[in-house]
Amino acid sequence: MAAVSIEGVGREFPGVRGGPPTRAVEPLDLTIADTDFVALLGPSGCGKSTLLRIVAGLDQATEGRVLVDGREVEGPGADRGMVFQSYTLFPWLTVCENIGFGPRERGVPPAERRTIADRLMAQVGLTGFADHYPRMLSGGMQQRTALARALANDPAMLLLDEPFGALDHQTRSLMQELLLQVWEADRKTVLFVTHDIQEAVFMANRVLVMTARPGRIKTEVRVPLPHPRHWRMKTTPEFARIEEELTESIREEALRAAAMNA
Amino acid sequence: MTGTVGRRRRPSTFAPLTPISPRARVTFGIAFFVLFFAAWSVATWGGFVKPLFLADPLKTFAAGWRLFVEFGFAGDVAVTISRVVGGFVIAALLAVPLGIAMGAFKPIEAFFEPFVSFARYLPASAFIPLLILWLGVDEAQKLAVIFIGAFFQIVLMIAVLIGETRRDLVEAAYTLGAGSRGIVLRVMLPYAAPQIAETLRLVLGWAWTYVIVAELIGADSGIGHMIMDSQRFLDTGQMIFGIFLIGAIGLVTDLGFRAVNRLLFPWQLGR
Repeated sequence: MAAVSIEGVGREFPGVRGGPPTRAVEPLDLTIADTDFVALLGPSGCGKSTLLRIVAGLDQATEGRVLVDGREVEGPGADRGMVFQSYTLFPWLTVCENIGFGPRERGVPPAERRTIADRLMAQVGLTGFADHYPRMLSGGMQQRTALARALANDPAMLLLDEPFGALDHQTRSLMQELLLQVWEADRKTVLFVTHDIQEAVFMANRVLVMTARPGRIKTEVRVPLPHPRHWRMKTTPEFARIEEELTESIREEALRAAAMNA
Repeated sequence: MTGTVGRRRRPSTFAPLTPISPRARVTFGIAFFVLFFAAWSVATWGGFVKPLFLADPLKTFAAGWRLFVEFGFAGDVAVTISRVVGGFVIAALLAVPLGIAMGAFKPIEAFFEPFVSFARYLPASAFIPLLILWLGVDEAQKLAVIFIGAFFQIVLMIAVLIGETRRDLVEAAYTLGAGSRGIVLRVMLPYAAPQIAETLRLVLGWAWTYVIVAELIGADSGIGHMIMDSQRFLDTGQMIFGIFLIGAIGLVTDLGFRAVNRLLFPWQLGR
């Protein structure tokens, strides 16, 4: 159970050397229903990651507040699992120990941690890699471990910050299907940040387009494609129509952002 | 038209960062020692240096043999090693926790850092006369010299290492439910552990310098004391042997440290 309500949340970064402050996120409202899969889509630098980090409790909003199940977010916590774009596995722990990190912090005994890790390794296809260190793994396997590690706490929601951004195209497609399977099985509330339009449409039930500097939510597009979703859905006319609509919307923002940088 | 574009990439031993086989590494390492002894032999037996100033290799090792067999030098070596290890362990036991606390918690760092930075520059050897006055010429004085020389250096270097923990790993741990204690003990400490071991290895080397200086100035035992005694008899063979032995002990300690690091930190093999 996790319904999120973002109430007038904005973020301003103080100016560098007495310069004017930079506004990353304009105060905005957003509600995410329990078990929903929402994608935040926008060009780089639009504040989508900042917004996600505020929900995670890793960054503080300048104004407004975030409620998860009616309780105000004051800091990071095990109820909101997160997967980062960068590889953040602990290099000194094996795959199994990385997955068991969260339960360990909660005081779960070793045998039980092992059971949790075994189940998750099977779910994300890492059986047989329990004793591997992260440096022995490919990028895709590292992110699968990171996903399993986030799931090990059985969080009410998942926050994903371009988790497949550093992966090659083929690996990324497989990871998308894997994450969809996880969502279809567990129905956790998901907030997924990406700049990849196709990825957003394929994964999410709602796609929110964010504008660049200051970050605002420009439009919302619902994705009425049924679950379970198969990769072949990416070739259906319905998929193409939604993708086109979003492309048009994003293009305007990218052009505006490019003009601002010129 | 024929020709090549760019420079041909020949597998050359001297291209930057080209790896070298373990066997070649050992051979090269030994080769330098051979050259060193050759140069020493030529300088002494060739008559380029007076025997009074530099004993030849054979005399040096014969002097070393006599030291051990006739003068009970093994006891001196043991005394010096125990001083180095004792002073170093006391310094490390106190410095490592303080360094970790400073690296992790910024108010603690703000409190100690300026003084430690100042104290780090105080030369340990300059304290020796003062320490003799305070503590006499007993073991406590030797340990204190090493402590002053090692403690502040270890504190500062460890504070920096801990403070350099990757932010994204700390953030990941927070989202997994870790608190301050978990972050320090189970993220920052293991992250910095290999470099902490490396720092300790480095400082242990400096501790050897401090102990010998302390023994040269005021001691009735130890390798430094032996070197000072030998000077009175102009026995360059013994003096050189003493210096040489310290180098050999250092080399062995280094190899030991490396082997232990490989055992303790298997996750970073191949780096």
